[in-house]
Amino acid sequence: MAEIARDAPERMTAADGTPLKAALARAQGRARRRAFLLVAPLLVFVLASFVIPIGQMLHRSVHNPVFSANMPATTAWFGANPVGTEPDEAAFAALAADLAAAAEARTIGAVGTRVNYEMQGTRSLFTSAGRKADDLEAPFRAAMLDLDRRWGEPELWNTMRNVSSPYTANFYLAAADRFRDLDGGISRVAPERQVYLTLFQRTFLLSALITAICLLLGFPIAHLLATLPLRYSNLLMILVLLPFWTSLLVRTTAWMAILQGQGVLNNALVALGVIGDDGRIALMYNQAGTVIAMTHILLPFMVLPLYSVMRNINPSYVRAARSLGASSWTAFRRVYVPQTLPGVGAGALLCFILAVGYYITPALVGGASGQLISNLIAFHMQNSLNWSLAAALATLLLAAVLLLYWVYDRLVGVDNMKLG
Amino acid sequence: MNAGRGDEAFVAFEHVQKSYDGETLVVKDLNLDIGRGEFLTMLGPSGSGKTTCLMMLAGFETATHGEIRLAGRPINSVPPEKRGIGMVFQNYALFPHMTVGENLAFPLEVRKLGRAEIEAKVKRALDMVQMGAFAARRPAQLSGGQQQRIALARALVFEPELVLMDEPLGALDKQLREHMQFEIRRLHERLGVTVVYVTHDQGEALTMSDRVAVFNDGRIQQLAPPEELYERPENRFVASFIGENNTLEGVVETISGGACTVRLATGEILDAAPVNVTRPGERTTVSIRPERVEFKPENIPPGVHTVEAEVLEFIYMGDVFRTRMRVAGNDNFVMKCRNSVGQRKLEPGERVPIGWAPHDARALDPL
Repeated sequence: MAEIARDAPERMTAADGTPLKAALARAQGRARRRAFLLVAPLLVFVLASFVIPIGQMLHRSVHNPVFSANMPATTAWFGANPVGTEPDEAAFAALAADLAAAAEARTIGAVGTRVNYEMQGTRSLFTSAGRKADDLEAPFRAAMLDLDRRWGEPELWNTMRNVSSPYTANFYLAAADRFRDLDGGISRVAPERQVYLTLFQRTFLLSALITAICLLLGFPIAHLLATLPLRYSNLLMILVLLPFWTSLLVRTTAWMAILQGQGVLNNALVALGVIGDDGRIALMYNQAGTVIAMTHILLPFMVLPLYSVMRNINPSYVRAARSLGASSWTAFRRVYVPQTLPGVGAGALLCFILAVGYYITPALVGGASGQLISNLIAFHMQNSLNWSLAAALATLLLAAVLLLYWVYDRLVGVDNMKLG
Repeated sequence: MNAGRGDEAFVAFEHVQKSYDGETLVVKDLNLDIGRGEFLTMLGPSGSGKTTCLMMLAGFETATHGEIRLAGRPINSVPPEKRGIGMVFQNYALFPHMTVGENLAFPLEVRKLGRAEIEAKVKRALDMVQMGAFAARRPAQLSGGQQQRIALARALVFEPELVLMDEPLGALDKQLREHMQFEIRRLHERLGVTVVYVTHDQGEALTMSDRVAVFNDGRIQQLAPPEELYERPENRFVASFIGENNTLEGVVETISGGACTVRLATGEILDAAPVNVTRPGERTTVSIRPERVEFKPENIPPGVHTVEAEVLEFIYMGDVFRTRMRVAGNDNFVMKCRNSVGQRKLEPGERVPIGWAPHDARALDPL
């Protein structure tokens, strides 16, 4: 009897003798297919608009085929000769041929730019050599060196060898203010040219500061919203949500009108005699501007999760604490606040992640000192056209946010998070 | 009742009124004395003001008018945490982020007791409700009944003299509820603590309390021990709210020395005990408990008036038979008979004369 019971799960069959599992799968298959069809459009959309672009970005950050595609002979020579080989006549011949071909195909500029990313001031070397490459004759080594002595520099050849590989980690090194030196080791760039690490640091510090201010301002508002009678709290909620319904640009330009040197706030302070006309406070085009405007924009993202959590905290908890002898402050601190933590965590994570990637507001009101990493990513996308570096920076940002998310999950647990 | 006298009530409400909106009174002129060690239940339908009274006593609502005294001391302006009153909430209000042990330690910690003393008291309180093995659990890991016990232990762990309970058993199923009623009653007897208990369940009120205050419309309708409340309701509301009741409308015909006769609209004459009527000609509602109605001639006291009843429905309920009949035009007149040996089952359509002892029919205020 016990034997049968133990074996039963494997032998279970439906009434017609087919295995129960197969019968169940058949019965549920239809419902499952229908459910899949319902979500299919969204799945396609997410794939096309999110997964594929991000994949491309990740790929672009390590893949740059400009040199290898346009300088095939030189790339082949690098492939045939190990690192440290002195460039011989064959190498210069290949280089001259490639330069001529690239000049013909009008890609010499792109090649020069690619090398220039790694070694400053080399773009013109390539473009001018390209113009004269047709006239070069053997021996090519002497002819190239005649053209420009710099063609003989080992550093240039080293750089060309580096960029000849379509797959490279150099953009990540650049994004971390580092480069690959002559020996193939990794060094930091000169202090005056270190940009990215400082900017990453500033981005995270400012985002943390903005998140903290949002929490400080948002907590009392959310508490008030959660405890007021519904008809008042609805009105207050509209005020909280109002910024959501206003264009981001309108809000940011409004802050510009308020914060600038001749703006509303400074004028009011001068009129009140708090500050002199020559002592106007610089609230814009610096970090203060970024912090003020972004705090305003991100505040609802803090208030809403907090509110949704607080709304569900039964007032009897605080009452119970007080009936047990706790003062209202102790009851708040030991009973109320711990129960709001899922909301605090969700709001802080949301604010921080949004702040880390914010672009428009710092670009408009941040000035030089209020720029964040996204502004530099945009710069590389639009101005310097170094998309690979932009992709590397964006990937680092994404990795940092994911890391943060992971830490949050370990500390608080993502399933404890309440967003609304 | 003078303040400072030895027989002063432990809890006293004096002319207490409460209004939330400044237009209507939720509690209208409440006067109530609760003795030390008493188990008093506030019973009433929702919106009757009973919970508001409890909240005023706990300190979460302020009285609009009047005075509330605890052990002779006015407490109107004393904050809840200084009143030293234990409270059990309807949803238990166990702190979800603390373990059971931490929940119980909370009132002791805020009183700044020593660690060893806290541990000893927490253990004793948990043992008292047979939950000693659960100190490390979180409230969410407990069943409803277990949470209820912990809430009870937490309200008692700091040894308050007064414990308030706001419908503490409302969320439990019937069997557990009956068990917990017994348990609470047992704790009350063992600890000698004063309990003010709020419920809308009349069964709970009758089985547990020393005295029951029946609330309706912001007033105490009757304040009496359970037996008196059931046997001798003072007005129509109490009669209909506590237990099942048959009512018959009529006019007082004669009244003399604790007995009266009432003429019904259909002409029948009944014997009744006058409660809220004083003179002939007054309109009244006569209320009779279903189990006091008799149909066997030998059980009807001799010399009383009987009324003819037509059986409409007979329901077999196991321990009792429930017979619905038409009496003086009232189709919902119910008679309950014990399922004793040889008890006769009435057939629908049968006509029998029914009667009762005059003191079981109470002539109350009219509809």
